[in-house]
Amino acid sequence: MTSHEPIEQEPAATAASADKSPALPAAAPAVPTVAADQYPGAAVKVEEKPARHRTPDEPKRSFARTFREELWADNSFTVTLLAIVLALICGAILMVVGNADVRDQWQYLFYQPGKTLGDTWEFVSTAYADMFKGSIVNPDTVNRWYWNMTTWQQVLYPISETLTNAAPLIFTGLAVAVPFRAGLFNIGGQGQAIMGAIGGGTIGLALSLPEVIQVPLGVLAGALLGGLWGYLVGVLKARTGAHEVILTIMLNNIAFLFLGWYILQSFIKDPNRSDAISQPIEESGDLPQLIPDPLLRAHYGIVLALLAAAGVAWLLKRGRFGFELRAVGHNPHAAATAGIKVGTTIALTMALAGALAGLGGTSVALGTAPALTVDMLGQVGFNGILVALLGRVRPWGVVGAGLLFGALQAGGNAMQTFSGVSVELVVVIQALIVLFVAAPALVKSIYRLRRSPAAAAQAGLAKG
Amino acid sequence: MKIVALAAAAGLAFAAAACAKPTEETPGTGSSAAAAFSACMVTDTGGIDDHSFNASSWAGLKAAEAGNPAIKPSYTASTAMSDYDPNLANSVTKGCQYIQAVGGLMGDATKKAATANPKVQFSIVDADNLGQANVYPIQFQTQQAAYLAGYLAAGYSKTGKVGTYGGMKIPPVTIFMDGFADGVAAYNKAKSKNVQVLGWDKAKQDGLFTDDFGSQEKGKQKSDTLAAQGADVIFPVAGGAGLGTAANAGDKYVVIWVDADGFETTQYGKVMLTTVVKNSTDGVKEAVTKAAGTPGTLLTGGFMGTLANNGVSLAPYHDFDSKIDPALKAEVEALKQDIISGKITVESPAQPK
Repeated sequence: MTSHEPIEQEPAATAASADKSPALPAAAPAVPTVAADQYPGAAVKVEEKPARHRTPDEPKRSFARTFREELWADNSFTVTLLAIVLALICGAILMVVGNADVRDQWQYLFYQPGKTLGDTWEFVSTAYADMFKGSIVNPDTVNRWYWNMTTWQQVLYPISETLTNAAPLIFTGLAVAVPFRAGLFNIGGQGQAIMGAIGGGTIGLALSLPEVIQVPLGVLAGALLGGLWGYLVGVLKARTGAHEVILTIMLNNIAFLFLGWYILQSFIKDPNRSDAISQPIEESGDLPQLIPDPLLRAHYGIVLALLAAAGVAWLLKRGRFGFELRAVGHNPHAAATAGIKVGTTIALTMALAGALAGLGGTSVALGTAPALTVDMLGQVGFNGILVALLGRVRPWGVVGAGLLFGALQAGGNAMQTFSGVSVELVVVIQALIVLFVAAPALVKSIYRLRRSPAAAAQAGLAKG
Repeated sequence: MKIVALAAAAGLAFAAAACAKPTEETPGTGSSAAAAFSACMVTDTGGIDDHSFNASSWAGLKAAEAGNPAIKPSYTASTAMSDYDPNLANSVTKGCQYIQAVGGLMGDATKKAATANPKVQFSIVDADNLGQANVYPIQFQTQQAAYLAGYLAAGYSKTGKVGTYGGMKIPPVTIFMDGFADGVAAYNKAKSKNVQVLGWDKAKQDGLFTDDFGSQEKGKQKSDTLAAQGADVIFPVAGGAGLGTAANAGDKYVVIWVDADGFETTQYGKVMLTTVVKNSTDGVKEAVTKAAGTPGTLLTGGFMGTLANNGVSLAPYHDFDSKIDPALKAEVEALKQDIISGKITVESPAQPK
């Protein structure tokens, strides 16, 4: 077993499930993209010297040595990190190609090599620095704050933007990761998030109750409506055998068009506005901000997202339903033989996924959006697929990937304004990261990573 | 492969460099560039190349730059509605002196940014001033020009049927359809004819919609339906979806385009009878030129595009100039003068107040 097979990521969990249910053999991964790298040599020719391999029965190594060896080995952390670096390099090349001034300078590479390379470095490094300043921290602002020239809110602004962008992505990422573990590919995060936004948003704009009642009510309504939208897929899949990929794609369209129709209805539409926009969401229905300040948008959505990730992690590792879910994912026939109700499990898994995505939509509707509009969610549901894959469909991995993508989006907005680099570049970088993570053999051969001793040890353990 | 690894190392070194403390201790406050006037635009989710108001507003900034080289335009594209807040805030941080927002849906975000930065000049296309002194509204009485197009279409039609469809049932779309229907009605009244409008009923405020501004296939379906019912002039108010109508016109029907002159901005000039032009370009150009002329002071009033100030207009007939009856052309011109003088008022529930 190689380290990048999402389903069999947790050796401890796999071993535990084997204990509880010996009838379940480890099945092939459900998604073909990861299946290919079971045979690293088949896709890309990697010259691996068998001498480097370490067998598990070698004498124990010291921690420092293990750390050193793991640092440049093909474990999932190194591969992910290097995939990010590789994607940023590709992004830099695209930046240069996309900027007329720098591109023109490359015609003079042999006449003015210093100026060409200098200009290129200047442009690319400024752009990426702007991205960093727009998503993590701007040293300049910190400095000015130190000299009392700006407010502390300005210092926290970039990180607040990152958290704001990350919250819905973590939810929609979990909405893909959970069904993935049950062998289901949920493309419907977008539709489920839209339904969640409709549910949460409607409670937010229709009622004006005390905040302590209305906010939980809105969050609940969002989860419920999103959950129903997912449950619909699960039931259809379980009852009729319809493929969940097709169902979810179609339901995405239906949800999108429904939102367009819904906001134009007389009881929702803002009568004082001439555009397609709903009545404004009441302040009492909005998720409270982490720090009440007009500049810092980060709201409790990110806290909910972390709680949801913790809940999912517990469920998958310890919960009875989580066990059934994984069992169905490994081999539905074996699960059925072992007495698990496969249909019910599929339906409930999709309902759970829908509820998670619905919470993502709600966190946008009640967190940042002033009202419901057709384009309120952007591509948050589809980006969730990338987040889940980058997070290797593990709950905490999804949190990390969601934060990274949130940072890329916040930084991309800043990079666009300050350096004039198109915001679409961020989408390309995000896609490239996932592409490289999904093709670890490529990353390994580019960087000449050695085979991870720990991963090899794990593989030996799992197979033996 | 070594080179790639080297580049990777360079990337990591850069990441480390980005964290280093800056050397200068007291950076300027952002308004050091006194000579240059920084004009920034934040697009709505349509993006900069939407063939509609984002594109024409950007053209307005470029036109202002051509007239006054001190104006330095730049833009930031939004991919989701939640990008409006950070993009406007980043534009303020960047030191923009004039910030152009596009579309009524950006109203809330613009209001927020304008409230937080009362000294920065904001401007918004297709919305009112949002109750802020530092927001300059740019709006259009589009129904006036659409009225002329309706009259022209009714006079040009041989079958006695003209058709229209919209991208979505929202006021910025239906305002075109209202004016168009009124123009046809005016023609019927003047000539005692009975030219029918297919696809829009002004009284019921209901009609034919693609619910999509991008899908040419859906545009083609709607216009095929209208053509099958006998319409020989079709007026798509659906952005890019309308291209499907223009592409499949052939000899079946002619097209009246919207927003920017379709003869020049699309490849289907041959079938474009005319265009109902919404001149965001001039509105934006005028606003930013005025703002650059008096830096440091806020603009007052707003821009209301009408036939009188050429903010909305009927584009030249181009290829159809010789095919339209001169008498009809004269009547359209007369109607235009009547609307400008106020003898005729064209109203739509969707018009800006």
